[in-house]
Amino acid sequence: MDDSTNINTTRRGVLIGGALGATAAALPLTGAQAATQPPPASTPAPVTHKVTLRVNGQPRELNIDTRTTLLDVLRENLHLTGTKKGCDQGQCGACTVLLDGRRINSCLSLAIMHDGAEITTIEGMGTPDKLHPMQAAFVKHDGYQCGYCTPGQICSAVAVIDEIRQGIPSHVTGDLNVKPLLSVDEIRERMSGNICRCGAYSNIIDAIKEVGGVKA
Amino acid sequence: MKAFTYQRAATPAEAAAAAARTPNARFIAGGTNLLDLMKLEIETPTHLIDVNGLALDKIEPTREGGLRIGALVRNTDLAADARVRRDYGVLSRALLAGASVQLRNKATTAGNLLQRTRCPYFYDTNMPCNKRVPGAGCSAIGGHTRGHAIVGQSEACIATHPSDMAVAMQLLDAGVETVRPDGSARTIPIADFYRLPGNTPHIENTLMPGELITAVTLPRPLGGKHYYRKVRDRASYAFALISVAAVVQPDGSGRVAVGGVAHRPWRVPAAEAQLPRGGKATTGALLAGARTTEDNAFKILLVERTLDSILAQARAS
Repeated sequence: MDDSTNINTTRRGVLIGGALGATAAALPLTGAQAATQPPPASTPAPVTHKVTLRVNGQPRELNIDTRTTLLDVLRENLHLTGTKKGCDQGQCGACTVLLDGRRINSCLSLAIMHDGAEITTIEGMGTPDKLHPMQAAFVKHDGYQCGYCTPGQICSAVAVIDEIRQGIPSHVTGDLNVKPLLSVDEIRERMSGNICRCGAYSNIIDAIKEVGGVKA
Repeated sequence: MKAFTYQRAATPAEAAAAAARTPNARFIAGGTNLLDLMKLEIETPTHLIDVNGLALDKIEPTREGGLRIGALVRNTDLAADARVRRDYGVLSRALLAGASVQLRNKATTAGNLLQRTRCPYFYDTNMPCNKRVPGAGCSAIGGHTRGHAIVGQSEACIATHPSDMAVAMQLLDAGVETVRPDGSARTIPIADFYRLPGNTPHIENTLMPGELITAVTLPRPLGGKHYYRKVRDRASYAFALISVAAVVQPDGSGRVAVGGVAHRPWRVPAAEAQLPRGGKATTGALLAGARTTEDNAFKILLVERTLDSILAQARAS
């Protein structure tokens, strides 16, 4: 009982203190008050750096803040907004693109680290008139609901088929010394880095199965 | 994210020298952990040294009959290497149990060893954390501790090491090859690489400031049957509650290392003598002196049963 009272008092104290602090910070500084204030902490100026990327076959030269992620370059500098920002911390897979043919989370990569690299986004997979077979299969099997995760799902799905053809094993591959087969279990495991909040997973699996030629 | 300057290093020695010379510098390779922490301003380097251009991406045989894995070999490539799959299956399995393909395509061998804990209190910058701000206090102690350490923890920190790969490296007696800022090289046995938290949980390994990992070496293959069993809340793409790496020989002897129980991958060579007696005896010796909470006491039984399941599979096949 004493404990909970103390907690409430403390929390209230913190809130009041916080509110006063915010008010004080907002007041204009005058006269002696300004003289006693320490100078504001200096924020380092942004640093820019040049980088050349090849995005969907086009060379793109950029001079960007070193902090810019590959995802933000694609969306904000190059206006390729097909690639989506979901969690921005590598957990959801919405930002998946192909980097030199391999899928990565573009949110967890600095653009300046990829000078000379070839980036393929959903815009480079197909066009509305000429869909990539994986795009067509997602449409046919209704592999989405809201569609926000779909560009990442499709980039990942294209890579899954390629990775299995190259013989790259996964967590569910039974024998590490035998080439993995394209199966539903393999697809599920390999797609686990792409979250679909609408829960279209079973239709996504159907689309990938069709493109990969998995029977039943 | 705080602003930083950026350079691409040309040689490992140059990278190490630059890191020692420049205050608050960090190496960046895959960046999958560092950038996440920089966005949250848990890591606030003012200078990044990009080591991706260093030619450290090969897997080569050593004269001793083992393998030298370049620091920049990506987790996907290491797990898929035919020699690793054949002779060091536990390493392939551990890698494939971690993260997602997108992350494994970027994450490197050295970066995997150096990844930071996923303790939620370390990640929450509103909560005190001795690992984030030395001396601030530990919010995990007395908090939700289901995922926390049960052995080797201290009054300052109860975080666990998140890597799967490092558990296999510990089992295999890997060596960590480095170059120091003065250009000299050394090899740190993995058994001496990680530190327990003690009262300096922000210092997680025995690298000196600026020291750069250049490779990880594996001794000659052990033979036997290789297992990496990870128990987690989802079937895929989640950190371990516990994990058990084991190599079991035909006579029932072997090695075992455990993840998800301590500030470092956990291996007690003396406990391995108990392997022929089963999971309970081995776990008793391996986790002797464990200090658990109501939230994480299950980990002891989970290790024991996971190990028993591995030993049963080894006998059956």
